[in-house]
Parts: sequence; structure tokens; C-alpha cells
Amino acid sequence: MKLLVAVKRTIDYNVKIRVKSDNTDVDMANVKMAMNPFCEIAVEEAVRMKESGLAEDVIAVSAGPDQVQETLRTALAMGADRGIHIKTDIELQPLAIAKLLKAIVDIEQPEVVILGKQAIDDDSNQTGQMLAALLNWSQATFASNIVLSDGNAEVTREVDGGLETISVKLPAVITTDLRLNEPRYASLPNIMKAKKKAIDIKSPDELSVDVEPRLITLKVEEPPKRESGVIVESVTELLDKLQNEAKVI
Amino acid sequence: MTVLILAEHDNSELKRATMHSVTAALLISEDVHILVAGNDAGPVVKTASEIQGVTKVLYANNSAYEHGLAENVAPILVSLGDSYSHIMATATTFGKNVMPRVAALLDVAQLSDISSIIDQETFSRPTYAGNVITTVKSTDKIKVITVRATAFEAAIVGDQTAPTEEVKGNEDTGLSVFKKLEVSASERPELTSADIIVSGGRGMQSGENFVLVEAVADRLGAAIGASRAAVDSGFVPNDYQVGQTGKVVAPTLYLAVGISGAIQHLAGMKDSKFIAAINKDEEAPIFQVADYGLVADLFKVLPELAEELDKRGLSKT
Ligand SMILES: Cc1cc2nc3c(=O)[nH]c(=O)nc-3n(C[C@H](O)[C@H](O)[C@H](O)COP(=O)(O)OP(=O)(O)OC[C@H]3O[C@@H](n4cnc5c(N)ncnc54)[C@H](O)[C@@H]3O)c2cc1C
Ligand SMILES: Nc1ncnc2c1ncn2[C@@H]1O[C@H](COP(=O)(O)O)[C@@H](O)[C@H]1O
Repeated sequence: MKLLVAVKRTIDYNVKIRVKSDNTDVDMANVKMAMNPFCEIAVEEAVRMKESGLAEDVIAVSAGPDQVQETLRTALAMGADRGIHIKTDIELQPLAIAKLLKAIVDIEQPEVVILGKQAIDDDSNQTGQMLAALLNWSQATFASNIVLSDGNAEVTREVDGGLETISVKLPAVITTDLRLNEPRYASLPNIMKAKKKAIDIKSPDELSVDVEPRLITLKVEEPPKRESGVIVESVTELLDKLQNEAKVI
Repeated sequence: MTVLILAEHDNSELKRATMHSVTAALLISEDVHILVAGNDAGPVVKTASEIQGVTKVLYANNSAYEHGLAENVAPILVSLGDSYSHIMATATTFGKNVMPRVAALLDVAQLSDISSIIDQETFSRPTYAGNVITTVKSTDKIKVITVRATAFEAAIVGDQTAPTEEVKGNEDTGLSVFKKLEVSASERPELTSADIIVSGGRGMQSGENFVLVEAVADRLGAAIGASRAAVDSGFVPNDYQVGQTGKVVAPTLYLAVGISGAIQHLAGMKDSKFIAAINKDEEAPIFQVADYGLVADLFKVLPELAEELDKRGLSKT
């Protein structure tokens, strides 16, 4: 079985986000970047499927400028077999990424595509579902457990009311939730080995995909700050405040 | 200009989440329709038709819709889509699962989790775990939108009745099959609609210790929430998680206990009206957003809090 994993390069989740003073964008200068945490979980899951003999080939794909190759190298160091870099400097929105990924799926014909449920920068939570739609495949989003069997995957999904289990027909698109697994750290020998693995470069043109953004960003700003409150000394004082000042209990 | 809202339900009850989308939709147009795609979902259709401001209810009745599977629900929205300027659902796990599938099939972008409406094509939405508010304008003919429930009041059910129209649904695509839903049963109010929430974090140390949170929550008639760390450690079920990637809540009072206040947690609760925090570390970032902070050992003060509520006659139990 062949698996495709989509990985996005995002600002590291620990970084304090700052908005540029002209309100056009987030300040990206000298900011630490990393693989989107949900994509790490996606890579880990694919690599485990390979290690358990369920899959033979794990391909990592990332779209964006040259720097996304670093993210692909991370995926390769975690155990992916090869990478595909869809190279473009244009701002990519989920629909465009889904179309690019579809073009790669058409070439590579994987049986499962695994994506993160959400990119922690745009917080869109769209790409996997869109890809499934364009392919007319089944989709299993927010996965916390995946059991692959012949022609099907049984997936447990984290939903608002609890845990839902569905059985999806393969080929399928799966998106990962936080509790699917704990991603490994790449070992130094594996980081060295990853340097020799192949990364294929493609362009949106080559894939005949129109990546023109559909949403125009007008303004990027910081949300209003909460006034910082007071420190109370005791439970009694806390209740006094809640009862008499806030009047919430 | 007419807005179509996808109803969320379990075939017997319309979910409150949908009411928030109605309010958002009414800011865009006076003509707001609701689609109930369900299986023998008569009671849902009835409630939907009674929501104030709703002008028509479309009812697609087919067993394919019983469990709200995206593969089955998306096609009906796509076939109706051309008659609408906006298609909306609330940004619950249901809405997040279905709507991008609809958008892609219509070849339009989706606007996720909008928190304000500037005009019919311009919307704001939180990004970067709520650290940034991005305002975007859509150039697409049909706007597919998910709505952040906490940013719009819930519409109310009135005594008028909007007309209902049966629409032809689609058959089961057979792409996926529902197996089971394990609900974490609770007598307490639902997290996303509760007035008061008491949330526990890693500081609780174990699932057993959550009885201390429960004791306070029950007295306040509150829902119980948790940080990711508490969920990952298995103290409480996953659907208790509040945050960037869990539930977004905005109760009147949010009491955070043994929670440090990581940005991913704040993303899910910082729009609460009042925030109170109990943490033994005075440097904990939660204190920067709390209206009332108590620097103390939770194991000492939670029992005190329960006792004092009783003493003041504030307990609901
Ligand atoms: C992609 C991604 C998504 C995430 N999404 C979410 C999300 O949706 N929601 C979420 O919550 N987190 C999320 N996180 C995790 C987040 O970054 C934090 O790790 C998490 O919120 C920490 O939980 P905590 O505050 O319970 O634990 P900690 O940070 O360990 O804090 C525990 C706190 O308890 C206090 N404490 C300990 N003992 C006591 C005591 N006896 N009395 C009083 N106080 C005590 C400590 O002082 C400390 O402040 C996400 C992370 C990533 C990378
Ligand atoms: N530029 C990209 N390249 C590859 N995969 C991406 C890219 N952007 C998003 N994805 C995938 O889509 C998932 C969800 O992203 P989003 O829909 O933007 O929240 C991510 O976790 C990735 O798996």
C-alpha cells in the first residue's frame, strides 16, 4: 500500500505571534518555523503503518517556497521514503492546496492520504475534506485511532459529543487529531540518512492547477487585550468578588 | 440574496449550535433558509421552522442522512447551492467536517470560524490560536462559511412557523459507514452552552481528583472542561478539551483550576465574560487573562470553595 502525507511548514507553536505594524500580515522575520504539529502526527501514523507492514511506500508532500524542503527533510528523517515539493511563492489557500494534492494523488495513486486536521497558523481545518471532495473519496476527519484492513479503514473520530467510529472505503483521506499518536523525534542517524532521500520538485503550472487565492486579506490585527484583573487572597475573597462584583454566582 | 443554513441534529433534536448560525445569517440577509437533511427528522423540522427569523425550512428525508456523514450530506447542499449567496453551518465538528467538502465541490473557498461580519462578502476570523484576527473578502459567487458559535448569540424559538418544503435528497454514496458513537454521558450542562464552566488541568494530577472539580461544578450548576494535558493524561474524556483544537467556549464565568494558560488553551476560553483562576504558581500565564486570580494549592482551596458555597446558600445541589 502506498501512503501520501501532506505536511505544512508553520510558525512553531511556541512562538509568540506578532502582527506587523501596517496590519498586512503576521511578522515572520526571524521567527522559528516547524512542521505543523498535526502533520507530525500524520507522518508518524504513516511511518507506523509502514513499520507494521501495512504499507510499503510513504511519500511526504509539501507546497510552498524553497524553505518547505526543510519540513520535507523532517518528514524523511521521521521515516518517510521520499518527498515531493510543490514549489511556489504564491500564497496558498486550502482549496488551492487540495487541488495541488489531487494532482499528486492522480500521479502517485496512493490508497490513503493522511493530513493534519488543521494548520495552526490559518486554523482553517479544510484541506483534507476538500481533497476528499475533489477525489470523490471517503473522508475520516479528526482521527484518534485508525485500523487498516482489506479495502477499508475503521477510524475513530474525536467529535463534540464523544467518539465516533466509522468505516471508510479505501482509497480514503484521513485527517489526524492530537491523540492519534505521539510523534517521534528523528534520530541523528536518520537525519543524516534523510539527506540522501529524494525530493522531487513540481510546479503548480506543471500540475495544471490554478492556485489564485479566492480570499483577499484586507487586515491582520491583534484581538483586543483583556484587562488584567486582581489577585485575591482567599477563597472567601474570591467568592465575594464573584458574588458582589461580577454578580455571576 | 438568500442564506442557507445546514442544521445539526440527531434526527430528534435540533442542536443549539445551529441557532448561532441563524443569528449570523440574519446579519447578512432577511431571507434565511434551513436545510434539515435527516432520517425521519420531523421534530427537528418543526423546531427549525419555529426559529425567529427563519423564512423557510427545506427537508430532505433519506436514511442516507441518518448519521450526518459528510459524503452523503455534501451532495444535497451542492445541488441546492446555486440558489444561495451564502451557505453556513456552525463550526462544530459536524460543520467542520461537512462544509469544506461542499465548498470544494462548488469550487469556492471556505471561510472558517467567522467571528464577525463586516458586509456580505467581508468577514473576520481568528487565526493563530486567536492571537490574530484576520479580515478577508471573498471573491467567490457563493460564500461557504462556518460560524464561531460564541461570537453570535443563539437565535430563539418563537411562536411563528416558517413554511416547510420537502426536497429530493440523494442516495447513500456508500463511501463510509457509521459504526458507533460513544457519548460521554453527563448530567451536567453542555460545555458550549453552559453559563459557568469549571475546568481542570494537569494540576489535578489524576482523574480521581476531578471529584474536587465536580463538587464545585455541581454546586454552581456548571459544566466541566479541561486542558489538553488533562485529556491526554486520561483524566477526562476528549470532548472536555477547551482550546484552539478543542471546544471554543464563552461562558459568563470560566474557572480554571491547575491550568497554566498556554495560548492554545486561552484560544478556547478568553472570550468568557469573567475568568477566575486557581493556580499555585503566581507566574502562570492564566493570571494575565484572569479577572480574579487565587494563588493557592487547588487541593486545599477546592474543598474550601465547595464548603463556602454551601455556607452562603449558593449551592444548586
Ligand atoms: C497543536 C497543538 C494544539 C493544542 N491544542 C490545545 C487545546 O485545544 N487546548 C489545550 O488546553 N491545550 C492545547 N494544547 C496544549 C497546550 O500547549 C498546553 O500544553 C496545555 O494547555 C497545558 O495544559 P495544562 O495547563 O493543564 O498543563 P501545564 O501547562 O502543565 O500546567 C499545569 C498547571 O497546574 C498548576 N498546578 C500544579 N499543581 C497545582 C496545585 N496543586 N494547585 C494549583 N495549581 C497547580 C501548575 O502551576 C501549572 O500552571 C495544544 C498544543 C499543541 C501543540
Ligand atoms: N502548503 C501545504 N502543503 C502541504 N500540505 C498542506 C499545506 N497546507 C495545508 N496542508 C495540509 O492540510 C492540513 C490542514 O490544513 P488547513 O486546512 O489549512 O487547516 C495540514 O495539516 C496539512 O496536512
